[in-house]
Amino acid sequence: MKLVTAVIKPHKWEDVREALETFGVTGMTVSEVSGYGRQKGHTEVYRGAEYDIALVPKIRVEIVVDDGDADDVVGIVVKTAQTGRIGDGKVWVSPVDAVVRVRTGDRDASAL
Amino acid sequence: MDGYYAFMLVATAFVLMMTVPALALFYGGMSRSKSVLNMIMMSFIAAAIVGILYVAVGWSMGWSGNGTFFADPFALVMLNGVETSDYIYVMFQMTFAIITVALISGAIADRVKFSAWVLFIPFWAVLVYFPMAHMVFSCTDDSLICGRIGAQDYAGGTAVHINAGVAALVLAVVIGKRVGWPKDKMRPHNLTLTMLGAGMLWLGWYGFNVGSIVFSEESLADEGLLMEQFYSETGRTFANTTLATMAAILGWLVVERLMHGKATSLGAASGIVAGLVAITPAAGAVDIEGALAIGAIAGALCAVAVGWKFKLGLDDSLDVVGVHLVGGIAGTVLIGFFSTSDGAGGVDGLFYGGGTDSLVAQVLGVLVAVAYSGVITAVLALAIKFTLGWRMNEDDEVGGADLAQHGESAYDLHTGVGGGVKSSVIAGATSAAPNEGART
Repeated sequence: MKLVTAVIKPHKWEDVREALETFGVTGMTVSEVSGYGRQKGHTEVYRGAEYDIALVPKIRVEIVVDDGDADDVVGIVVKTAQTGRIGDGKVWVSPVDAVVRVRTGDRDASAL
Repeated sequence: MDGYYAFMLVATAFVLMMTVPALALFYGGMSRSKSVLNMIMMSFIAAAIVGILYVAVGWSMGWSGNGTFFADPFALVMLNGVETSDYIYVMFQMTFAIITVALISGAIADRVKFSAWVLFIPFWAVLVYFPMAHMVFSCTDDSLICGRIGAQDYAGGTAVHINAGVAALVLAVVIGKRVGWPKDKMRPHNLTLTMLGAGMLWLGWYGFNVGSIVFSEESLADEGLLMEQFYSETGRTFANTTLATMAAILGWLVVERLMHGKATSLGAASGIVAGLVAITPAAGAVDIEGALAIGAIAGALCAVAVGWKFKLGLDDSLDVVGVHLVGGIAGTVLIGFFSTSDGAGGVDGLFYGGGTDSLVAQVLGVLVAVAYSGVITAVLALAIKFTLGWRMNEDDEVGGADLAQHGESAYDLHTGVGGGVKSSVIAGATSAAPNEGART
């Protein structure tokens, strides 16, 4: 199994969720996060004083999927979250050793 | 004059609203989230202390008779000797004292012990504000700024704004910078509060300026003249207050757009206050064109001035100097140019063919206010610095004034921790502790 983690623009979250649901992903964990990439943050001005805001708000989506689905899920996220402008985010895939459903104790694929 | 009495009741309530809650919100939004309650409390406590002191000795020091700097402080203690029907005039003046003191707190946000502020308030009110109010507002022949110098100040350019602005400057210097400033410039935590506060200040300011009508000797002797002065002067001050504020919003935003590329909401809120500050001394003295000019100049000037603190290394946290001192001086001095003889002061300024007499009087009035407020505030600020001490310790300041000074926090945004979790759930988590102990 793989953990797909995507950090995307907040306004793209609904599109990504719909596309993944259509594909058949059954669950995910979503959190509001902040961070920055190559472009750094942005500048705000208060009474003429400029503030460099390093952290930009993003949505982090975490999905555990079967090995065979990982590439498809990454593809869907990239396709739906892409605007072509700077700050679109990142997706990465990591190995998962075990998954357990808390309610039943089911393990791995049947726990997804 | 039933209508006038009703009008004064409303005007007085409006001016009190300017401090609680308008100024408190205006300042609170600009402070950091960890010290917003402390910022608001500095206004609330000013209302409580100054209000009581005002009926104790303030009214007497200001209005019980002659005196260059102040009148007899003990003549009308606790308003003994004042008719209850005159209480409304006492209350009206009291609200001015309250907001003047509260204005100062913006310069010392986030870092001052609440006890030090509580100690500062009564001494400053008695030694600085009450005398200044006498010098400017009670206007006996002896009173320094109005009587002897002959400077015009309709509703408090010198007594309120220059006075508070100078005190703010002195306190910011004596107390010093916040931990981390200016590297961390400390941006406002909630500009919606600030916008709301600015809007409420604008509303309350009608009580401030329009309520400041003083009837002439001739008017008091003749009912017809009295009504005529009431109608014409309130119409003028209302219009001037409104139009100067509108011009100041534009003045601030134009400067901001040119210098920094964007017209901001904080700029609009600040423009409102800058315009109101500047038109306050001039509200009765100028015509519509004068009001528009004063507003636009003050808005632009204050927008430039608020940047000076970074150049000077002065942590005037919420720009009391940039807005109230600069705006107050602008409005007071510009009377010397734009005053018209059909206004409340009956004097033509330089641009209306009146020569330089008015301008000289206005500048002298400013200098006296700056010197008086500056010197006495400095003595008082240093006395507190070397006795009780002004500053919270560094840990408390970094942790936030709300928790350190009041044992509270303004916002609870984390429902998982300390927010939406029921106490029984937390109790359950605690009772699980023995199991963890058993495992070891």
